[in-house]
Amino acid sequence: MGGGACTVKTTTVPERLATNRFEIDEDESHIEIDQELCRSTGTGAAIIAVCPANVYSEQDGKIVADYAACLECGTCLAVAAPGALTWHYPRGGFGVSFREG
Amino acid sequence: MSTEVEPDFDVIVVGAGPAGSVAAYRLAKAGLSVVIIERGEAPGSKNLSGGVLYGRVLDEVFPGFADEAPVERRITRHVTTFLTPDSHVGIDYRGAGLAEPVNAVTVLRAKFDPWLAEKAEEAGVFLMPGVRVDSLLTETGIDGRQQVVGVRAGDDELRARVVVAADGVNSFLAKSIGLRHKEPTNHMAVGVKAVVRLPRTTIDDRFGLVGDEGAAHAIVGDCTQGIGGGGFLYTNTESLSVGVVLRLDDLLKAGKNASDVFEHFLAHPGLAPYLRGGEIIEYGSHLVAEGGMDMLGEVATHGIVVVGEAAGLTINSGLTVRGMDLAIGSAIAASDAIAEAIAHGDVTATGLAGYRRRLDESFVLKDLKTYAKAPAFLERTGMYGAYGELAASVFHDVFSLDGTPRKHLASVAWDAFKRSPVRLGQLLSDGWAGVRAL
Repeated sequence: MGGGACTVKTTTVPERLATNRFEIDEDESHIEIDQELCRSTGTGAAIIAVCPANVYSEQDGKIVADYAACLECGTCLAVAAPGALTWHYPRGGFGVSFREG
Repeated sequence: MSTEVEPDFDVIVVGAGPAGSVAAYRLAKAGLSVVIIERGEAPGSKNLSGGVLYGRVLDEVFPGFADEAPVERRITRHVTTFLTPDSHVGIDYRGAGLAEPVNAVTVLRAKFDPWLAEKAEEAGVFLMPGVRVDSLLTETGIDGRQQVVGVRAGDDELRARVVVAADGVNSFLAKSIGLRHKEPTNHMAVGVKAVVRLPRTTIDDRFGLVGDEGAAHAIVGDCTQGIGGGGFLYTNTESLSVGVVLRLDDLLKAGKNASDVFEHFLAHPGLAPYLRGGEIIEYGSHLVAEGGMDMLGEVATHGIVVVGEAAGLTINSGLTVRGMDLAIGSAIAASDAIAEAIAHGDVTATGLAGYRRRLDESFVLKDLKTYAKAPAFLERTGMYGAYGELAASVFHDVFSLDGTPRKHLASVAWDAFKRSPVRLGQLLSDGWAGVRAL
């Protein structure tokens, strides 16, 4: 594949996420990462692969979470080894709000 | 009851999706005091689905709902397509019989769910939006049982005789009380979806629709780059819901990124005629439970029942993907059982056992049992690549008049089969398994 231009107007994931409304909780992140366990269990690579919002990335050997862009699906938690990732929903009223759904 | 504290409500429902709102509505109609606690700022704001609601069960609760509720289109055309990089082979079913009575509708949850919650409110349900429930409130009974007596949200505690966990596929509440466990990755899939805006008349023309007719396309093959799962393309009134569902074990094995696979689907030449000129107005994702009957555990214990996706109630039969209708079916069973348990003054697991019995008798578990073999069948790999290629190859040879002498269809098929990586034993085995599973 490849070569064919995308037929819809908005193209990159960040641009797409920008169409959503996010109420960012500046006081607390709803995602915590255990670097040691993430490395030893392979959870780091798995959560980077499955997250549709590309929340997770590796920077200088550490897995970082851009929690503000989270779509709150919980797929990362479904592939994470026990203890490697602490993930819960943002506090009430915070996080993503779908206008379509 | 082990508690002397008078509860604040008869029932606390956590989550204002179809399961939560329908359960709350029916419990209020039965004369009980009910609160729905919803973490989104409004019902629906956290909710996302592919978009097709098989709504006959909702007609039992709200007769003729499709005329009143903010639904998108009435699905009268189902298209199932095998996609290869440069071809597609499909089955196209259109039936006026699907229009009346209304069989399935497309919905956008941020618009549809508020309507359902409003119905519950009109029936007397108290709605608390913008509040995240953090944990269950439990007490130890004299017999040592852990009885759920309410919920905790921040510093607040709210008590009830029964808690309904309608908190979606991740159901932290069900997990905290041991009703759900972490599922293996072959039972779970991630859905990635965009809503693409197009003018209504453009959608009518491209999908061959008139009035409020709608089309649902289910797609397998190159749309997921061979990963177990599939793609979908549904028509809303003035937008399309387009997405992929990817089984997590296969996605990890393929070493691909979910957003890249979605990208590939969106840019696929097979979709271009439908999507051209559209504008993405929303991007979202949803975790999908695909284990079917295998992952259904206990649905009730002392003082709590689990409904909808929180109970793992979804069916992927390959041809239809269902969640919302099962959620509503489970809500009907649960609300009847809860009303009965409260009337009898027994809200222990024994008192609430009527929920599982009703679920067993309803279409929800009957259908789940019918499709019990579907998840294992859909894990067979030929479905996502080689079979589509084989079918495309047969049709190419039938229609491509390249000057070579024509052959009968059987020979064409046999030649294509010999060129394909598919082996006869595998084809027969998969074919037989498919007929029995779907």
